Amino acid sequence: MTGAVVRMRAVQKVFGGGADQTHALDAIDLEIPKGAFVSLIGPSGCGKSTLLRLIGDLTQATGGTIEVNGKSAHRARLDRDYGIVFQSPVLFDWRTVERNVELPLEMSAIDRRARAERARAMLALVELSGSEKRYPWQLSGGMQQRVAIARALSFEPALLLMDEPFGALDEMTRERLNLELLGIWRKTGTTIVFVTHSIPEAVFLSTRVVVMSARPGRIIDVIEVDLPQPRNDLTREDERYFAFVTRVRERLRGGDSAQVAAKTRAAAM
Amino acid sequence: MRVSSIYTFAVLRAVRGPLSFLVLASALALVWEVVKLLGGEQTDAWTPPFHWKIASDLNMPHVWDIAAAFAEPAQRNGPPLGLVLVDAAIFTFREAFGGFVIGAVLGLALAIVFVHSGILERALVPYVVASQTVPIIAIAPVVVIWLQAGWLSVAVISAYLTFFPVTIAGLRGLRSPDPRALELMRSYAASPRDVLVKVRMPAAAPYLFAALKVAATASVVGAIIGELPSGIRDGLGGAILNFNQYYISGPPKLWAAIIVAAVVGIGFFAIVRVAEAIFLAGRLGRVET
Repeated sequence: MTGAVVRMRAVQKVFGGGADQTHALDAIDLEIPKGAFVSLIGPSGCGKSTLLRLIGDLTQATGGTIEVNGKSAHRARLDRDYGIVFQSPVLFDWRTVERNVELPLEMSAIDRRARAERARAMLALVELSGSEKRYPWQLSGGMQQRVAIARALSFEPALLLMDEPFGALDEMTRERLNLELLGIWRKTGTTIVFVTHSIPEAVFLSTRVVVMSARPGRIIDVIEVDLPQPRNDLTREDERYFAFVTRVRERLRGGDSAQVAAKTRAAAM
Repeated sequence: MRVSSIYTFAVLRAVRGPLSFLVLASALALVWEVVKLLGGEQTDAWTPPFHWKIASDLNMPHVWDIAAAFAEPAQRNGPPLGLVLVDAAIFTFREAFGGFVIGAVLGLALAIVFVHSGILERALVPYVVASQTVPIIAIAPVVVIWLQAGWLSVAVISAYLTFFPVTIAGLRGLRSPDPRALELMRSYAASPRDVLVKVRMPAAAPYLFAALKVAATASVVGAIIGELPSGIRDGLGGAILNFNQYYISGPPKLWAAIIVAAVVGIGFFAIVRVAEAIFLAGRLGRVET
């Protein structure tokens, strides 16, 4: 049983109690292999962010088991096994870029010199060398999000959790950051769990797309995206890429695969 | 922008305030004299068109008479009033500074306790608010009885006025971080102390400085009032009381003491303002002018 970074069994999440109960997630079984790039996609309110937060121990499951790196999600958090990137960069405006990246390291026993070195390396990784001494407000939205990624990676975590990290950016910036993220993923070998509501983004980035249904959030399908690596701008023009996009879209739109198959047959006649 | 130039810029922005204040003070003096010109007392050269009681030399001494009063001896054969008032100002400032520090530390400590304990917050905040509805004039003699007349009791009376804005603004500021910032800290397995020192306190800094500016001026008021029941004659409170009692014999003296008291308050405010500008340099839109 080696290779799985995340292992979820019959995970359930219910918010509130009594009449106000909301079933956010139900019967979630999910395994994320080491080094995978897994996207969670689904309609709004399907609990994909909640699923990510469960893995990150930012909220607790009401049923089932979650293992991260073979231990409880809680233990993994205390061991600093993952970095988190939110939709907004959440940078600290009183800290320079490099001091923002150093922040997680300040919680550990790493000395100042090593900290600065690591911050520089991470900023080089996200192609922000030269911006170390600038303040967050002096950067564009895309650059700020790159700082957030550098910060999340500063611990060199085994798992990177990203909650719609490029959702607030314009299309051009988003596509460029998608490519950069793939580069970082290749270089670091980090396992990435990526929440998005963009089908093309999910297909382009992922080795595996987890399609979820609306409340209560369930996993409808897990699609292996075996497009060749490394992916680049040409990937977006590949016929098989479009096929995967169509497949994810159909899975999102309607029920089970038999239904889809029937519809496709009907259309063909 | 280089970091050093950010600091220079911040300090420049900070002195712009005092500069415009000087312009305003001159304008005020001008208005004062125009009022006297229109309704003041008759001289050999000029008969004012109106006769306003408030503009008499007793009620509104000439600006130059007030200025001249600084150079004249406060008492027969004594040192000039200016020197006496500067000594008094330093004395009062010392008390005010003590009150400011005690109030700031106490105020911030309360805010930190409240932000960590909802129970203590609900239990104590009503008393904190109620404390401010009791007039300081009523509290001051009690403090003097408890601590005995002296520098410390005046500082405590002053702190009574200064801790409140710091607690209220501090509480707001400590709660101001984005919830996701706190979740990030959680993902770093940060200790509560790290969360306080690295996120909550820096986020609260702009709020705290706003409160400290209020506290700086309030501390001077508190010190002046605190001197009265303490029977302390060496400070501005003593001077104001004294010149008030003997107003008839020298109206400009009281005005001179009032001006010095105002200058102490403004000066203290300006010191906090400059500290704020330096401390918050680099933060966009956080430094007001």
